[in-house]
Amino acid sequence: MVSDMFPLRVTGALTRRHGKVLVGPVDLELEGQGTCVVIGPNGAGKTTLLRLLHGIARLHGGRIDWACDTAAARAAQAFVFQRPVMLRRSVGENIAYPILMRGAARAQALTQAKDWAGRVGLEGFFDRPATVLSGGEQQKLAIARALICAPELVFLDEPCASLDGRATREIEEVLTAAQAAGTRLILSTHDMGQARRLASRVVFMLHGRVHETGPAEAFFDNPRTPQARAFLNGDIVE
Amino acid sequence: MVDLWQGLSQAFWLVVTADAELASIVLRSLRITITALVLACLIALPLAALLAVRRFRMRRTVIAVLNALMGLPPVVVGLVVYVLLSRSGPFGALGLLFTPTAMIIAQMIVITPLIASIAHQSLRDLWHDYHDLLISINVTQGQKIRTLLWDARRALLTAALAGFGRGIGEVGAIMIVGGNIDNVTRVLTTAIALEVGKGEFALALALGFVLIATAVGVNMVIHWLGQTEREGKW
Repeated sequence: MVSDMFPLRVTGALTRRHGKVLVGPVDLELEGQGTCVVIGPNGAGKTTLLRLLHGIARLHGGRIDWACDTAAARAAQAFVFQRPVMLRRSVGENIAYPILMRGAARAQALTQAKDWAGRVGLEGFFDRPATVLSGGEQQKLAIARALICAPELVFLDEPCASLDGRATREIEEVLTAAQAAGTRLILSTHDMGQARRLASRVVFMLHGRVHETGPAEAFFDNPRTPQARAFLNGDIVE
Repeated sequence: MVDLWQGLSQAFWLVVTADAELASIVLRSLRITITALVLACLIALPLAALLAVRRFRMRRTVIAVLNALMGLPPVVVGLVVYVLLSRSGPFGALGLLFTPTAMIIAQMIVITPLIASIAHQSLRDLWHDYHDLLISINVTQGQKIRTLLWDARRALLTAALAGFGRGIGEVGAIMIVGGNIDNVTRVLTTAIALEVGKGEFALALALGFVLIATAVGVNMVIHWLGQTEREGKW
């Protein structure tokens, strides 16, 4: 899938809360292939940048320009939150929810949801309430719910935070399969191993700004800035 | 104490002997209150959901007024409805005064703010949880409201039951607009008031116990139908 919503051009984008600039000004250009990983220390603005790009954080300055109409771009995106939001419904109804809201017939939506539940290993939980799932299972459900609409772009905000190695591996397998199917991923993570495994491009954020960006291999092998080098070495970056 | 025992035994015999007058009063009470409840829910629940998801000027004021109206004095409501429905009032031509319809209108006005206010508390918390997801999925305002109402249905049942409790036990407003006419507008609460006025405390207590049993029975049936407090349900 080669997307017609890319390239994404971000020019001087910034967002504030209570008068304080949380993120920005950000200048960034993203092409339509591979996985872009946003890294940086706590409070660097990774989550806010993702929310800003997706349109759920208010843009107070600058521009975010998709190659297509903004509404069409929004309709072709999905977002997976760090703390998965579980609707008070069964696993199947949770996964089917986005396509039901887009007007799919209930039976068809549930059939599709069953297929996706199988892909993420939740087929045995299909009729159970989503809220009783473990953290890893809830995150897999959230990913299946994001992917069921076949979005061109999925934002993932630390999808494997506080998950164990096995759950992380299972989620990465689902993400790799989605990526192979042509879905563009933009994810934030603290896990440098995960960043190295998934990234084709890296955005390093510090103090609410994009500090360094480039192809993953070049960034990990030879970071240009001392802060990025220190971050990759596991030093405290301030 | 003697009155209490007499009331209990009289209530028991009224029920056991399937007293026809008692049955008609109980059925009329239920019919009026349940109709008022359904109508109030039709107004209160979408209003509560709208207040949860929509941001507009004076929203906080509307919520504060709604909360304040929970304590709306039923006698005042009865008086206003009486004036509106009386022959010289704007709706006098409808001839609704001293009919069950007038009692339904009065009860509905009393319980709508209560249901809306309780429902709003639940829906506001749920909206806080769902906000980011529903915005991200790009659902319409109507879909947001339907999602909240459906997913909070068990909490909303509690709001409706609170409204039922207030409605079935209400006497001030319905006495004024209904008039306590035998076989027409007499319900359990107005019958109790009448018996107290006549000095028949035992019978009044008996009717009171039947009223409590009716309210508890309806609550239990609704909880059973709604499958609340069962494993894996919300």
